[in-house]
Amino acid sequence: MPPQTEHSSRRLLPALAVLALLTALPSLAQAPGYTAMTTLATRVLIYGIAAASLNLVLGYGGMVSFGHAAFFGIGGYTVGILYQHYTLGEPLFGFIPGTNQLLITLPAAIVVSGLFAAAIGALSLRTGGVQFIMITLAFAQMLFFLFVSLKTYGGDDGLIIRRANELPGLNMRDKQTVYYVCLAIAVLFALVLSRIIRSRFGNVLSGIRQSEKRMAAIGLPVNSYKLVAFIISGMGCGLAGALMANFLRFASPDMLHWTKSGELMVMVILGGVGTLFGPFLGAAVFIVLESLLSSWTENWQLGLGVILLFVVLYTQGGVQALLGRLRRRA
Amino acid sequence: MTLFLEQMLNGVQFGVMLFLLAAGLTLVFGIMGVINLAHGSLYMIGAYAGTWIAGETGSFLLGILGAFAAAALAGVAIEYLVVRRLYGRDHLDQVLATFGLILIFNQTITLIFGRQPLFVSVPAILDGSIEIVPGLEYPLYRLTIIVVGLLVAAGLYLLINKTRIGMLVRAGSTNRDMVRALGVDIRLLYTLVFGLGALLAGLAGFMAGPIMAVQVGMGEQILITTFVVVVVGGVGSIRGAFFASLFLGVVDTGLRAYLPGLLRHVLAGSEADALGAGISSMGIYLIMAIVLLIRPKGLFMPNS
Repeated sequence: MPPQTEHSSRRLLPALAVLALLTALPSLAQAPGYTAMTTLATRVLIYGIAAASLNLVLGYGGMVSFGHAAFFGIGGYTVGILYQHYTLGEPLFGFIPGTNQLLITLPAAIVVSGLFAAAIGALSLRTGGVQFIMITLAFAQMLFFLFVSLKTYGGDDGLIIRRANELPGLNMRDKQTVYYVCLAIAVLFALVLSRIIRSRFGNVLSGIRQSEKRMAAIGLPVNSYKLVAFIISGMGCGLAGALMANFLRFASPDMLHWTKSGELMVMVILGGVGTLFGPFLGAAVFIVLESLLSSWTENWQLGLGVILLFVVLYTQGGVQALLGRLRRRA
Repeated sequence: MTLFLEQMLNGVQFGVMLFLLAAGLTLVFGIMGVINLAHGSLYMIGAYAGTWIAGETGSFLLGILGAFAAAALAGVAIEYLVVRRLYGRDHLDQVLATFGLILIFNQTITLIFGRQPLFVSVPAILDGSIEIVPGLEYPLYRLTIIVVGLLVAAGLYLLINKTRIGMLVRAGSTNRDMVRALGVDIRLLYTLVFGLGALLAGLAGFMAGPIMAVQVGMGEQILITTFVVVVVGGVGSIRGAFFASLFLGVVDTGLRAYLPGLLRHVLAGSEADALGAGISSMGIYLIMAIVLLIRPKGLFMPNS
């Protein structure tokens, strides 16, 4: 039995409290002065999904991928490209019809980013260490430049999605509705991820991080495990990218920029590497910091850099560990 | 033919610039095991400090000295305050801490110099061009960069292979713990190597000033290319970095020069240009991916 289960009842309560708060958030945000809260929270949820996906390879699998923005961008572009073909009325590659239905675009984004993750992962996992970091970065850069050069899909300027994808029975033009859709998907995603992490697969993955040699010596196909984790993680980032494209009604090469990969890693480490809710917390801290600091000064990244440096050098395990340590001291 | 030769020379010039950065990066990684994303910031600091001083004083020479001083100072400060704490940490911490440094340096430079790029003209003595072969006029300044780069490469070769410090550097990149066990002050060696890398980065940044715009973000652009060089050449190998920089510099320049033209035979003009630019930017990454798939440790590393 994995050791987490005995704590699960103690952890359930705070999780439910947070969930209740998140559900009530749009109504709370009706108060004057807080109207931007809902959009802020939507971004946190979306980036949380992406960061939690990255954390599966980074924190649990010990693979430092510096190219996960690629999958985020592919998810976004899947939505954008399908929408463009829907409005133009001509099928993609001559046989794939475009669509604006969220129930089709989201799975499509997950599948496409999963395929890319399978290809990139299979090649990248042949290396390790610093070479792995750099080859994942290289693949992300290749896709970045590919989308920059694709004039048909907006090139440098990006692809405008005039209307968010439709979901039967819901008005997706309403910001609150989008928030609740993202919240539902994020909760579902966190549940799936926690099942994965507590499964035998998750335990093996953690084992590989601790000692690849031992796992191989036990007779486990280490590389297949790593590849599957990489694919799941890419799919999660693709899902987040698809949501982001719907939320912003825009997909651009910026989504694949290498700084975006860096930001996702920052969220993971801010929240705490190798924890389930850490990345969501990290995404919240990052987005709130970004909007707070940027309302003070346009040089907000200076503050972010200092905080990041502090977190890496002086806190072992990010904000979550910091909170834990404070709680123990209190 | 002369056009082709000119493009090749441009490629070599770009390659030499890459080498100045890659040499420091590969040494720092090979010896200390630290991935330093902020190496590009040292390049930027050298460019800003040198260009600004040269602009204020009107002396190119003072500019060089300023670039050296600023980059080396920043380098030693980074090593002392941050990188020293990262030895022995895992790669993730190193990547993130130095990513934080990039943000700090970029914003600090923006605060001091603003968002407008700085410009500096080629010094009078290096202005103009000379005829290398009949019919080929090549800018003297770019030629100077090539010569300086090759001189630095030769100097590094001598330093690494013929001096005591070089011997320690080589020993350090093979077996760090053994060097420490033999009583060498490894901290001093680390600071020296880091400072040397910073000097070279500053030199590269300053020399880039007159041909590229000096602006915030210039460091990251070239840094990623430099990482490709280091990984292709084999992490820790100066010789590998040298050949990989020249090779990738020439390939990158060649692709940018000729690919859009080739594509125009099959595509409409503007689309060919966009696609050509995109694919030529992808070129070096593609080479790196292929190299890593065949030789996971890089070209100039024994595969163990």
